[in-house]
Order: sequence, then structure tokens, then C-alpha cells
Amino acid sequence: MDFLYDDEQDALREATRGLVGKAYSDYENRRQAVKDDPGFDEQQWARMAEMGLLGLPFSEEDGGVGAGPVEIGIVCQELGRVIAPEPYLTSVVLAGGLVSAVGTAEQRQEVLGALSAGESVLAFAHDEPGRGWTAGAEKVTAAQDGDAWTLTGVKEPVPHGARADVLVVSAALPGGGTGLFLVEGATAERTGYPTYDGTRAAKVSFDGTAATPLGGPGVDVTASISTVQDITRVMAANQALGAMQFLLPTTTEYLRNRKQFGVPLSTFQALTFRAADMYVSLELTHSMVDWATMVVAKGDPVEVADAARRVSLQVSTAGRHVGQEAIQLHGGIAMTMEYSVGMVMAHLTALDHLLGDGGHHLRELAGAVTTYEALDPLA
Amino acid sequence: MQLALSDEERAFRDEMREFFTTKVDEDIRRTVAEGRELTKDQIVEAQRTLNAAGLAVPRWPVEWGGQDWTEIQFHIWHEEMERACVPTPLAFNAGMIGPVIAQFGTEEQKKEFLPKTANLDIFWSQGFSEPDAGSDLAGLRTTAVRDGDDWVVNGQKTWTTLGQYGDWIFTLVRTDPDAKKQAGISMLLIDMTSEGLEVRPIQLIDGGHEVNEVWFDNVRVPGENLVGELNGGWGIAKFLLGNERVGVAPSGITKRVIARIKGLAEDRFADDPLLRARIAQLENELLALELTTMRVAANSLDGKPHPASSVLKLKGSELQQAVSELVLDLAGPAGLGSGAGDDSDLTEWERAAGPIYLNLRKASIYGGSNEVQRQIISRNILGL
Repeated sequence: MDFLYDDEQDALREATRGLVGKAYSDYENRRQAVKDDPGFDEQQWARMAEMGLLGLPFSEEDGGVGAGPVEIGIVCQELGRVIAPEPYLTSVVLAGGLVSAVGTAEQRQEVLGALSAGESVLAFAHDEPGRGWTAGAEKVTAAQDGDAWTLTGVKEPVPHGARADVLVVSAALPGGGTGLFLVEGATAERTGYPTYDGTRAAKVSFDGTAATPLGGPGVDVTASISTVQDITRVMAANQALGAMQFLLPTTTEYLRNRKQFGVPLSTFQALTFRAADMYVSLELTHSMVDWATMVVAKGDPVEVADAARRVSLQVSTAGRHVGQEAIQLHGGIAMTMEYSVGMVMAHLTALDHLLGDGGHHLRELAGAVTTYEALDPLA
Repeated sequence: MQLALSDEERAFRDEMREFFTTKVDEDIRRTVAEGRELTKDQIVEAQRTLNAAGLAVPRWPVEWGGQDWTEIQFHIWHEEMERACVPTPLAFNAGMIGPVIAQFGTEEQKKEFLPKTANLDIFWSQGFSEPDAGSDLAGLRTTAVRDGDDWVVNGQKTWTTLGQYGDWIFTLVRTDPDAKKQAGISMLLIDMTSEGLEVRPIQLIDGGHEVNEVWFDNVRVPGENLVGELNGGWGIAKFLLGNERVGVAPSGITKRVIARIKGLAEDRFADDPLLRARIAQLENELLALELTTMRVAANSLDGKPHPASSVLKLKGSELQQAVSELVLDLAGPAGLGSGAGDDSDLTEWERAAGPIYLNLRKASIYGGSNEVQRQIISRNILGL
């Protein structure tokens, strides 16, 4: 048992921090980057590809680097620390993860090769108006005519759906279950808009739009979607951890420097005790995130699903606590767009609702509470 | 980053599990499992069983019975002990005065006290708090005045846990009334059979007798019973309390309580989504605490505690209290049967739930109250 990173992992963190820190440690740069479409910096995306970050999760045959979950988690933490707007989580981890899990060898090489090289942005078109946080699709349907497939229906909100070169789309199959399809982004009708954390999402409509089955045609891949979502949940938790690790020291520094009534705010115990509670939330979350990431590295999908629920519940609770307190302890300044803290909290909120919030996961855990005696993280 | 135990760690865990579940008296373990109070004889017997196998005081220096283990091994030892419902070695002996004597004591004191302390031949009590010196311990007023070779002690200690069983008491006393608060304090070891020493019980809100007042009326203490430097007691106290803080996150015990109540009271919550959610939430928070305990153990190098260790006491006590609250809620009206005898139709856990809930309010007060812990975090870790 060991919670320490090895030298190579430390080096990856340093390199990633160097790259994303240079771009966004000055929060004003992030603000500028999300001002205009596509809501991130294309050149930064290219630099991330150059460093090998975009191909990190994928095998070398598919054009990637073949790194493990711990490495991907490190990258997500560093992106979270500066709330980098590039769509790493949704494009690489989630959409790329689906192609990696379900695609044919040829599809993987083509799609993941281009993604790893920074030549292509992927999006997973999955949520449907009125439903969310499920593994299956219902309102977008797939139809087959010989070897040709078409999709009909609306996906919304699709993270970075308007910018994506390739859409990975889930759809209800004619024979039941959910299949995945690749669609050229330009062939769908797309309306993009900003989200409350400054990034982008879109309404994506299909109307008999041509689509290529990802993997074997007509195969129900609900279980694969579910597992890739679970892995993404754990990586989102890493990203949220990075954001919280930014918020706490930013808040304590403010408490030390900001004066009211002629004294620093840190002289008020009503404030410092709340900062102490933020620290407690953060450290407990850190342990849980490390653990869940290691469970992903072990690779058993049932264990991964359980760890994803547990870490999501912890991160949801802690993220709300730390985010809300960071704003409150700062006061009015954190309500403004020109200061980082409010937008970091907004990003934590968006992550919380990407793949299921704490209540959603608690409901699942509560349902299973009688099926085991005690939890043993070393079992 | 590696979740699984190494082969050596796994073998060590199996060895511990085997020992705790087969060598420690079954009745004692059942008493712990059912949350009942241990007798003095049971406390002593359990510790002697551990001590005979070198498992009572592993954190002490090796020459005095300690073990040259890794932090992970210490962690496994502790986890397996709690998992097997083995009473952990008496904190006053194993965690408090033993390490103090090993660190600050004279050779004579070490030879005289350490073997008996490890084997619980001496049952130690702690004489720190006073009626006007709780969280502000340095405000203590019990005095020790030199008279020939002896010290003469006058004053009152309070909250002395299990003082009714105590053979000896380690005390903080004021030896220089003119010095600044912290500077005039020394540590004295006092035989509790000394003339002028009186132990008076305090009844707590759970109806039990767990803590005491200890009164000193011209108690004569031999000069050689001073530990460390004269007026150096505050440094020793800080050393002792630093050790104490690491030791008070009983996540393993709290986890056993939830597991047990799930088995005993499933009919109470199986169809109740709100209660199920409370259990799931508590289990998840306990998991986070347990993982933090592991992370702290795995990342504590050279015996220096990881800063996150300060969250263990704070969160550990909160969860212990929250779980006792859940158990009492599950007991419902049956919890009122706390005074019923064994002919009652109510189950034993239902009758115990109320007193345990009341008793555990102490957990966020002792060992440095949770407000003191927040102060430590905000000052020492966050630099506020």
C-alpha cells in the first residue's frame, strides 16, 4: 500500500503544471480564452497534443501513449487547478474513452490517432432533454437500411458539441439497447452556447443523419458506456480536487491580506475555523480521490462502479462546501467575473452535474447498503 | 501509488489477524463487540496477552519492548486489533506515560516503570485537567513545593478517566508560581495509595462512573519521581498530547458499530430510504476517514506525522457521535429501556443505545476539543 507518486509521475505533474500554468495561472488569460468560440485556446490544445497529454490514455497502436489512470488523474488535477477550458475530460477521457472501449481497430487508429495528434476534437452526444446521468439513450433513435445507419432526435446539452470534429453519439437501437455511432460534426445541425462555467455546450439535432456504428453494428454497449462514465467520474473527481486545492490557499491568503476594521480577516476566529473545516473536507476528499484512481488502475468494472459512486458523493459534498465557503470568506470580490474564485466554484458545480451529483450517487449507494457487512478498501 | 498490500504486508496482516482472533480471550472480545463496559481485570488480561507477544507497546523504543515496524505495519496492527474487537492497550500506559518516560525519564525510572507499564502491572491515570484548566491546560493550579528530598502536592485534578482503577498517576503540577504560565510546570509521578490522595467519582450523563476527581492534600512525593527537567513539564505535555492526537481516530471501531447495527436492525431500515441514505452517507464518510488514516500512515516518513493527521481526531469523533446517534434513532422508543434488566423484552443494543449516545458527546471534547483541533489546523497548517 502506497499513496506516493513515483519520479516519472512527479515529472509528468511538473511538465503539465508548467504547460497549463503558463497558460492560465493568470486567471485573466482563462477569462480571455473562454470569451469567444470555441471557448478554449486551439493553440493550447495543440501544445497539449505535442506534450502527449491528449494521447495519454490510449494504446500505442492507436496512436496514444498507453499511460494509466494515475497519470491521467495527475493531468486532470493540474487542469482543475487552473480550470483550463480545454475539453480534456469530455473529449479525451469520455468520448475518446468510448472509442477506445468500443471501436474497431481501424476506428481506434483513425479517431484516436487524430485526437492524440491534436487534429480533432471529439464530443460525446449523450444527454437528452428531460433525461440525464443514465448509461442508455432513449430519445435519439438509430435506424438501419442495409449497411447504412441513420440517427434521428435531439441531444442536449452536448459538451463542446458545436466545435467537435467528430461526434460520438448514443442512440436507441431498433432491436433494443443502446448503440454508439460516429457522426461527422458538420453533418449534424448544431447550436452552440456558453455554459455557466465559461466553457461550451450545444444542442445537436439529427434528422435521418448518416452515422457509422462504433464497433459492431447493432450491438448494445450500455455496459461499456457505463464503465467509461465511471472512469470519467473518477477523473472528474481528480479535476475537482485540483480546483479545491486552488481554492483553499487562495482563500487563506486572502484572509491573511485583506484588512477590515483595521485588522487582517485572519484575526476573526469565525472565519479561520471555517477555513479549517475546508481543510478537513479537502484532505478527506484527497484520500478518496487517490483511492478511487487506484481502483480504476486495478480495472475490475464492478469495483470501479462502486468507487466512482463513492468518490462522486464525497467530491460533490466537499466541492459544494469548499466552493461555497471560498466565495463567502472572500466576500463580494468572489462574486465578480474578473476574480478567479467565483468561476472556479462555477466549474466545480458544472463537474458535479456532469455525470451525476452527490444525491444521485447516494441514492444508488443507499439501495445497496444491505448487500455487504462492512467496506474494506484493501479487500 | 499502489492500493494492494505488498506480500510482506499481507503476511503481516494475516499474522495479526490470526493472533487477535485466536489468542485474545473470547469473552473480552465479545464485551467489546457488544459495546459493553470492560472490567479492570479484562483490561489488564487483554493487555498482558498482547504484551507477552510483543504487541502491547510496538511504538515504544525497541529496547523497551517496541517494534521496528513501518508506519503501514503500525496501521495494520491497529486496524486488525479493532477489527477483531480486541481492547486497544490502555492509552494512559501505552500511548502516554510510556513514551514520555522512554523519552524524558532517567535510567532508573525507565527500569522501574517501563516493564510494569507495558504489562499493566501499573495501571496509570492521567492527572492533567483541573476545574479551571481544561482546554487552557497551562492555567493549572495544583502546586508542588519542595520539602527536603520530597515534593508536597496540594490541589485538585479532574476528569481522571478510570481513576478508580489507577495505581499511579502522572501529573502536571506548578513548581514555580512566579514563572509565566507555561514555564513553571513540572511532571510528577505519584503513587495513588499515598496518604492525602483521594479519588472521588463523578457521575456522567450516561449514568456511568468513568471519570473522577483526584484530590491532593499535602501528598508527599519522593524527589526522584520528577520526570525530565524541573519546570520542563510543558514541553513534556506537548510531546504527550501530540502522540495522543494521532491515536484518537477510532475509525475501525466506528466501522464495526455500523456493520453490527446493519446486522441487528435491518428490519428497521430496509424499507426506509431516509435511514438507508444516512447509513450509506456515514459509511462513505468513514471510508474517507479510513483512507486518510492510511494515506497519513503511508506518507509519514521518519516518524513525522503528515499534516493531515490533524483531521483524524476532528472527523473521527464527529463520525463516532453521528453513528451513535443513528443507532439510538434505530432503537426508537426502545432506547428508553436503558435501565431495564436482563428480563426485559427489549434487546441489549436497544437498551444500551441511549447511554452510549450520551457518553460519546465526550469524544469532541477530550484529547484536545474539536475547537482546539480547528485552532491547530488554522494556525499551524493554514498559517492563519
